[in-house]
Amino acid sequence: MLPLLGLLIRAPWQTLPQRLTAPGVLAALRLSLLTATLATVVCLLLGVPLAWLLARTTFPGRGFVRALVTVPLVLPPVVGGVALLLVFGRRGLAGEWLDATFGLTLPFTTAGVVVAEAFVAMPFLVISVEGALRGADARYEEAAATLGAGRWTTFRRVTLPLIAPGVAAGAVLCWARALGEFGATITFAGNFPGRTQTMPLAVYLALEQDLDAAIVLSLVLLVVSVAILAGLRDRWLGAA
Amino acid sequence: MRVRAFVLAVVLAVAGCGDGGDPPAAGGVGGTVTVLAAASLTESFGRVGTLFEQQHPGVKVTFSFGGSSGLAQQITAGAPADVFAAASPATMKTVVDAGDSAGEPVTFARNQLVLAVPKGNPKGLTSLAALAKPEVKVALCAAQVPCGAAAAKALTAAGVKVTPVTQEQDVRAALAKLKLGEVDAALIYRTDARAAGGDVDGVEFPESASAVNDYPVVALKKAPNPSGAGAFVTFVRTPQAQQVLADAGFQRP
Amino acid sequence: MSLDARIVVRRPGFVLDAELAAEPGEVVALLGPNGAGKTTALRALAGLIALDDGYVTLDGHRLDDPAAGVFTAPEHRRIGVVFQDYLLFPHLSALENVAFGPRSRGSSRADSRARAADLLARVGLAEHARRKPRELSGGQAQRVALARALATEPRLLLLDEPLAALDARTRLETRARLRGHLGTHAGPTVLVTHDPLDAMMLADRLVILEEGRVVQTGDAATVTSRPRTDYVARLVGLNLYRGRADAGAVRLPGDFVLTTATERSGDAFVAFPPAAVALYADRPDGSPRNTWPATVAAMARHGDALRVELTGPIAVAADVTPAAAVQLGLEPGRRVWATLKATEVTSYPA
Repeated sequence: MLPLLGLLIRAPWQTLPQRLTAPGVLAALRLSLLTATLATVVCLLLGVPLAWLLARTTFPGRGFVRALVTVPLVLPPVVGGVALLLVFGRRGLAGEWLDATFGLTLPFTTAGVVVAEAFVAMPFLVISVEGALRGADARYEEAAATLGAGRWTTFRRVTLPLIAPGVAAGAVLCWARALGEFGATITFAGNFPGRTQTMPLAVYLALEQDLDAAIVLSLVLLVVSVAILAGLRDRWLGAA
Repeated sequence: MRVRAFVLAVVLAVAGCGDGGDPPAAGGVGGTVTVLAAASLTESFGRVGTLFEQQHPGVKVTFSFGGSSGLAQQITAGAPADVFAAASPATMKTVVDAGDSAGEPVTFARNQLVLAVPKGNPKGLTSLAALAKPEVKVALCAAQVPCGAAAAKALTAAGVKVTPVTQEQDVRAALAKLKLGEVDAALIYRTDARAAGGDVDGVEFPESASAVNDYPVVALKKAPNPSGAGAFVTFVRTPQAQQVLADAGFQRP
Repeated sequence: MSLDARIVVRRPGFVLDAELAAEPGEVVALLGPNGAGKTTALRALAGLIALDDGYVTLDGHRLDDPAAGVFTAPEHRRIGVVFQDYLLFPHLSALENVAFGPRSRGSSRADSRARAADLLARVGLAEHARRKPRELSGGQAQRVALARALATEPRLLLLDEPLAALDARTRLETRARLRGHLGTHAGPTVLVTHDPLDAMMLADRLVILEEGRVVQTGDAATVTSRPRTDYVARLVGLNLYRGRADAGAVRLPGDFVLTTATERSGDAFVAFPPAAVALYADRPDGSPRNTWPATVAAMARHGDALRVELTGPIAVAADVTPAAAVQLGLEPGRRVWATLKATEVTSYPA
């Protein structure tokens, strides 16, 4: 809480309006919100099935996969960014193929930002959802099976509604982590205003030159994210 | 003999940690000298520090390398350091303006940009103009950091408009993108290109002359070890230290 | 439509090996103490656990045959299950719960809902269709669970302790209703319970399961009058002994001989109700053929009577009126004489 207070006290309130309307601030904010949201969607699409596999099935190496899921948590994000470059970069294992086959390149693109953020934020979603799945009574799924529902129908109509609060909490965590992502993003996606320069990158570079500008940017990121998280909490978690 | 030297070192170190105003014992230079230096000085200052320690037995030099701007902020925020070596006069000015320097900064080295390309220069890039081609991916430093400002100046002088794929937060990050093969070229300092060893070739270009970067050094006002600070600032301008810097690719001031 | 199964499930320290058959329209109760393997058998029939051996045949279809590598997933069995705590989907209304089965089996949304509404009406819950499970009473939830299981038109209906979650009063009423609803199901029904009253009221036939084995099968009258294990004897409230019959006498372990009214020879069970045992302070004279000295071990209320546990040549439970207990000065340690008329003793082959 104290560092927060420090930001508020030190903020250049007189010049705030003109700093807020400085070019680039809005673009960075919009890019941040967009990429964090897309990254959350990616995490949901990949992470929920992964969590289901981890919680509801047994397969060889499951413990290893679970450990692997948490790797982005312990890995310094910059290292994560380098790892992503080694895979999806121009010379990367998958990157070369993507480029040759589809003409797709991820580094230095907005899509690259989404990939970097999703990589770092994924564990938050998977761990939340897996926990929710383990907490949910699997016998409801058995009941659905006896009623003739296949795995997919059971998952969609029974499991997912039962774990909805856990999925929502995981998605919120995931979104918040993606919004604040810096290291993997700047390493993998680089820094280009309007395309890959998210708010945390803008803050870092502003810090090189103008502390006041950095503080203003930080405040903007803070206020927006707190407002959105508070709004989501009331709607999702409050109702559950 | 060694035991006595060790005891002396400890005594000096303790003295060095004192309230900062007192010179270390025995009237000479001693204790620990803490140097905050720009990241581009990492390799050369490491060697300069070793030489300094050889000439001043009992003295220990510790370095903290980082982006010049970040280091300057640490100093104005009260970091306990003796010497500051920056990669640009503008950054140095923020420290001087804040009243944290002891005396005037002196320029001890200059650095120039080179056009860094992968070893063997596969795309045959020989001038700044070549960077304007859309199929060439270029990494520059962000305009907020010294190497970015220098690159902007050089490109203006050449009358070339380049759209980089990324504006990196420091020169080493731009170099890393080049080493990883993500970009075809980067405008970085000659010293950094040389530090990259065999992976990277540095192509000289005439416009770099209009964007020469001066490296100033200064002893700090609140230095815990002012005599050590003064000795180190003097030492970086000796021929011995200058030779190390020249080997690393720096030019003499 | 009929069920024929031999259910073999092996777990560490426990083997279930039970044969089970049921005719169309027949209600079979699987009765046994906790841990006997009743629920395991039910889950195996539903396909929720795999057999280790044996087979399950329903309607002539081989659903399970591990030896031949045959296993049918639960969703393809058409077996309806009413779970012990019902497992109604908490996020769906009663109507949506019942419509879930038909919908999953490919009926349109409208048809599924119509069928669900019809079934809810049949169990008397038409006006509760929109309620969520947490807004239903225990008895109502049980009926929704039954309607949900019946909505898929199952070939076999399984009920796991269908009344165990209910309080005593609801239970009485729900049991009567359930009996009616089971009558409308054309296929066989297997009911798991540990309550003999539920079993006898709801089932046409009882299958007694103990420690993974079927120890006795038969209709309620046979099982209650001729128990074959201590567990069943306790359930139906009879004293049960096993011995060797020779003419009218049965020799029990410890060389105690009970006189019966039935001529028989060979291994035999003898059974008699606690109320048939009479107690006296002094050795009685007269007609009863069985008389022995006994010591009161414990006493407890049992309905209107007092049930007295006696030790002696045989351990026996006797029911006496409270008045008689006072008159005899019964208390633990008191020595009395027990008598039993030969005509009260049933004997049957072991």
